[in-house]
Formats: sequence, C-alpha cells, structure tokens
Amino acid sequence: MRDYPKTLVIIPAYNEEESLAHVVALIREHVPWADIAVIDDGSQDATGRIADRLGVIALHMPFNVGIGAAMQAGFLYAARHGYQVAVQNDGDGQHAPQEIPHLVAALLEGDADIVVGSRYLEPRGYITPPMRRFGIIVLAGVISAITRRRVTDPTSGFRAGSRRVIEFCARLYPHDYPEPESVALFARAGLRLKEIAVTMNPRYGGQSSITWWRSAYYMVKVLLALFIGLLRKVPAA
Amino acid sequence: MYDDRPVIMVLVAALGLFIVVFELVRQRKLKEQYSLLWLATGVALVVLAASRRLLDVVAVAVGIAYPPTALFLLAFGFLLLIVLQFSVVISRLSNENKKLAQEVAILQYELRRIAGDGEPGETTDTEV
Repeated sequence: MRDYPKTLVIIPAYNEEESLAHVVALIREHVPWADIAVIDDGSQDATGRIADRLGVIALHMPFNVGIGAAMQAGFLYAARHGYQVAVQNDGDGQHAPQEIPHLVAALLEGDADIVVGSRYLEPRGYITPPMRRFGIIVLAGVISAITRRRVTDPTSGFRAGSRRVIEFCARLYPHDYPEPESVALFARAGLRLKEIAVTMNPRYGGQSSITWWRSAYYMVKVLLALFIGLLRKVPAA
Repeated sequence: MYDDRPVIMVLVAALGLFIVVFELVRQRKLKEQYSLLWLATGVALVVLAASRRLLDVVAVAVGIAYPPTALFLLAFGFLLLIVLQFSVVISRLSNENKKLAQEVAILQYELRRIAGDGEPGETTDTEV
C-alpha cells in the first residue's frame, strides 16, 4: 500500500437512517485509509444514534443548520486536525464510495485543488429528470462563464479537496445549496477545479432535499448568490 | 385648510411611541443601538405634527396635496428602515448562530472522546 494523505470523508446527513450505515460500510471497504466524519444535521430520526454506534467521528449539530453549515463543520474539524484531503460523500447513498479513490487520485495528480465527480462529463447512465437537467445546464452555463472553464456538474456534492480547500471552506462556505456557489467561489479564490466522470447511484433512501416546488426557489437563490458573488471581494485561498 | 384631527392623532401616537421606546431602553429591554431608529421616527413625527407650517412646507416640497399624508409617508419610510435593519441584524445573528452550532458540535464530540471510554455512544443503544 502506498502512502495515502491524511484523508477525512465528510458525510453530511439529515434524516438518513436508512442509508447511513450502508454508506459508511462502503466507504470503509473502498477507502480504508480514510477517517470518516458524519455530520448529523439535527436529524429527527435515528441518524445520530447510528452515527454514534458506527464509531465514526460523529458531529451532532444541535439543530438543523442546513447542508452548507453542516459541511463547514466538517471542514472546520478537518482543518483543526491536520487533514490533507477532505472528501464530501452525501449520506443518501447517491455517491458511490467506489469512486472516492478516483477522486483522491485525481487530486493527488496535483493540477487541481478540488476534484468534482461529475455525472455529466461522460454518459454513465445517470438519469436526471428533464426539468432538473435543464436547471443544471443553465447553472453549468452560468458557472462556466464565471469561472471561464467548462463545468458540467455544478450541483455535484461529490468532491475531494486539498488542504488549501479545507482551510478556505473552514473560513468561508455558502449557507444553503452550497455546491454551485462554492464552485464559483473556489475559482475566484484562485483554487483550481477539475471534474472527473463518476457513476452515481439513484438515491438509496430518504428523500432529496430539493423537492420540485423548491426548484424555482433554488434556481433564483443560487443565481442571485452567483451574481452578487461576482461583485464581492473573495479572500485569496 | 384641512382637518386637524389626523395630525393631532399622529402627534399623540408619536409622543406615545417616543415614551414607550425611551422607557424600554431605560429598563434595558431594548438596546440603545436598536432604539435609535425608533427614537428618530418619534422625534421626526412629533416635530412635523407639532408645527403646522413645517408640515406644509415639507408636503409642498414633495408635491403632496394633503399635508397629513406626509406624516404617514414619513412613518412608512422609517418603518422600512427599521425592518431593513432587522433583516441585517437577523442575518448577522444567524451567521453567529451557525458558528456556535458548529463549535458546539465539534466540542461535544471531542469532549465525549476525551471523557468516554472508547466509542462515544448513547446510553440508550438498541440494536439496529
């Protein structure tokens, strides 16, 4: 076995009792060198107790703070404990831990600070409902224009970041629906982003945090954040 | 010429507002920093409502035919400012709240890791 960087896999989990144990087991199988942190974001179900029993680093948010703030708690922990790589792997089973070594390997190539697992870089059979696909294409267009590089899956939360990214996110991370905004933020902070094609599962359990009626709000909020973000000073990473 | 009653009503209400806000600050139920806009609202309304001439001048200056309306417009403007201030304060508080929540989550984990023997588990464990 080669030397792996000190890696923390961060699992944001809100009411994921059905899938969490499975996700953690898969991560242990495929990324045995990594530590695992479950961020229980004020779940009302058994997510928190399951996280405690699994013997992972279990951070219990005292109430529901939203995925952005929950992830940031993970980055904060990673920053303080000297992790060199942080991977985000959602707790709903959509992200396939088999892909994590590919994300980390791509990061270790050294030409990027953050590697995003994209569902759309090449066809891997992931089916997105047409309206959502349309929304993602719009966001991808806007973000590609902002960052001046091709981004195909700006909503993907399946990512691996370097120490620079860990430190940056511990300081500054968007609140809710953070992925697209953070991609733009990274680019403006001088962090290099790279996408690799990954296979994702259909959701394993729980329900998407984005229901159809929230999609309109999602788009407006994210686009507003992106455009206002352009007029903001971003601290260099 | 117009009916004095709306102006008198505003005068009384504004004086009442001023007294209530002042009293809340005195009793430390309202922070000085958040009382400023309220007090300014009260003062501005009292001054305008008490001086017929000043009210007429202001109304004419902004093209309002019925001067008492200017009082309501002024009150509305101040309310917008106050509500905006609230939104800003709420945003700041929610940001601070978020940071506290993150620290609590991390501290709680580290405390349990230090204090607990082995795995920080629940005492009420049941089989999954």
